[in-house]
Amino acid sequence: MSPVTVGRVAAAVYKESVRDRVPLSMVFFAGVLIAASIFLSQLSAGQDVKIVKDLGLATMNLIGLLISVFVGTGLVAKEIERRSIYAVLSKPVTRSTYLLGKYCGLLLTLASNLAAMAVALYLVLGYFAIATPLPANSTRPPHVDPWLLLPLALLFVQLMVTTAAALFFSTFSGPLLTVLFTLAFWVAGHFGGDLRDYGRVVDSPIAAGVARALYYLLPNFGGLDVKNEVVHGAALDAAAITAAVAAAVTYAVALLGAAAAVFERRDLK
Amino acid sequence: MLAIETDALSKDYLVGFWRPRPYRALHDLTLAVEHGDIFGFLGPNGAGKSTAIKLLMQLVFPTSGQARILGQPLGDLAVKRRIGFLPENPSFYDYLSAEELLTYFAGLFGIPAAERAARVASVLDRVGLGAERRSRLRSYSKGMVQRVGIAQALINEPDVVFFDEPMSGLDPIGRREIRQLMLDLRARGTTVFFSSHILSDAEALCSQVAIVAQGRLVATGKVSELLSEDQHGWEVVVDGLPATALPQVGARARACTLVHDGRHLLEFAPGDPAELVRLMTEAGGRIVSLHAQRETLEAFFVRRVAAAAVRGAAEP
Ligand SMILES: Nc1ncnc2c1ncn2[C@@H]1O[C@H](COP(=O)(O)OP(=O)(O)OP(=O)(O)O)[C@@H](O)[C@H]1O
Ligand SMILES: [Mg+2]
Repeated sequence: MSPVTVGRVAAAVYKESVRDRVPLSMVFFAGVLIAASIFLSQLSAGQDVKIVKDLGLATMNLIGLLISVFVGTGLVAKEIERRSIYAVLSKPVTRSTYLLGKYCGLLLTLASNLAAMAVALYLVLGYFAIATPLPANSTRPPHVDPWLLLPLALLFVQLMVTTAAALFFSTFSGPLLTVLFTLAFWVAGHFGGDLRDYGRVVDSPIAAGVARALYYLLPNFGGLDVKNEVVHGAALDAAAITAAVAAAVTYAVALLGAAAAVFERRDLK
Repeated sequence: MLAIETDALSKDYLVGFWRPRPYRALHDLTLAVEHGDIFGFLGPNGAGKSTAIKLLMQLVFPTSGQARILGQPLGDLAVKRRIGFLPENPSFYDYLSAEELLTYFAGLFGIPAAERAARVASVLDRVGLGAERRSRLRSYSKGMVQRVGIAQALINEPDVVFFDEPMSGLDPIGRREIRQLMLDLRARGTTVFFSSHILSDAEALCSQVAIVAQGRLVATGKVSELLSEDQHGWEVVVDGLPATALPQVGARARACTLVHDGRHLLEFAPGDPAELVRLMTEAGGRIVSLHAQRETLEAFFVRRVAAAAVRGAAEP
């Protein structure tokens, strides 16, 4: 597996997807933010900034998820369906290299997209910092809060896992199923934490066992979601976050390994 | 060492959603392609041509049998550096231009950055793609995409190229250009393996052909050996043959057709043509053309494929 080749595949993915969807999602995001901030600035001073932060982070979550699912699906599942993959795989590129290149390209796309949205968010927050500054003795987080980058970085980690899942599903299912599987995977990641306690509320030991197995099998994004803590200036548990990141990265690597193993042997017809 | 060899290559596809059953698309294909040949891989729709090429490109994996390219087993990266492949009805990335696509592929071959632009420009020139090479592929016509497909197969100056229906989607001028391109490739020592059901292309280009039908090889060899050199007769086009001479000339012909006012197409059994010509010119006719009827690859193809169909139907 040559890192240079991985880089070249990734660069092509980046180029194609930047031209394809990124501008659209940015316009969408910027539109929502600006509309929201103008509307919200009419409301009581101070409150509005928290809402802008909440709304901004939620929008970025949504857009990041959409890019990861839809572009991630297009990367391999659609390429198999449209058969554009034939020419690439006849080049001196192994299937695993190709898959890893696609993955890195999509992460690059996601990172640049998130960065662009973060700039937009900080610009709007900067406007509020000038228009409605916090009182000098305020205990609230500042308007232009560098800590907002933490939930964004953790969102990126979640998307690393989701994108790896999208690639994994694409290696054995068509574009539509891949979208459905990946969305289900994301939802499971956010609600999977509830499965741990499911055993206590059901009588059937089988149901409890299944729930427990799923709890260990599915990813857990709960530990990677610190939006509320940061927006409200609450304390953060560094050790728990580090553990959640390590688990997520391991999960992503395992998914990529499984994807490569399936993909190396399958017929592309 | 052979350029391409396959040994009893077979492929079953699983068909049916609920109860998948194997469907044999290719059955025991054994082929040998010499270096520097233009090899025509012929057969009707559904014969298994694309399946065989996809097996050679490892896009699908064989049920049994094996193959080698340039003496190495399939999948060898060093061999992949030396081959080119045009897929059937190729499709690429909508948002890249032809130039960008080829630059990308040139990078995958490890062609140094300094040489890439010149290499890309030269292959695009060879397939006759003009200024549109800078527009995105989504705006290309079918024939233009086909040309990009041929260009990308040549970006690494391959020793062996696989073209799956290279003429598909091309206009008559394009076909002629691609024929010339294949001859140029052979002149440089490149082995060309192409599939087609257009026999005139194969007849004009190939030294060797293989004919497949229903997944089986029905014939292989030199075009000249497959087609009997025996002449079947003569075809004469003659103008101004007077009506009075017609019964006499017509009696000797196997067939006589009035093409239009005063022009007849006559078919004669084999024999000395000088006598026929004399007969018609003395009657007042003017010979427009005279040529020998030989079995064409087309006729051979139809005969062999029909025979294979009969054999196939007879099998349980
Ligand atoms: N993915 C697949 N699944 C099931 N059957 C397939 C698949 N691909 C091809 N086949 C079958 O295998 C046979 C050979 O197909 P193939 O595409 O190799 O034919 P071909 O000779 O290239 O035909 P054409 O001239 O139309 O391109 C056909 O009967 C086809 O229906
Ligand atoms: Mg075909």
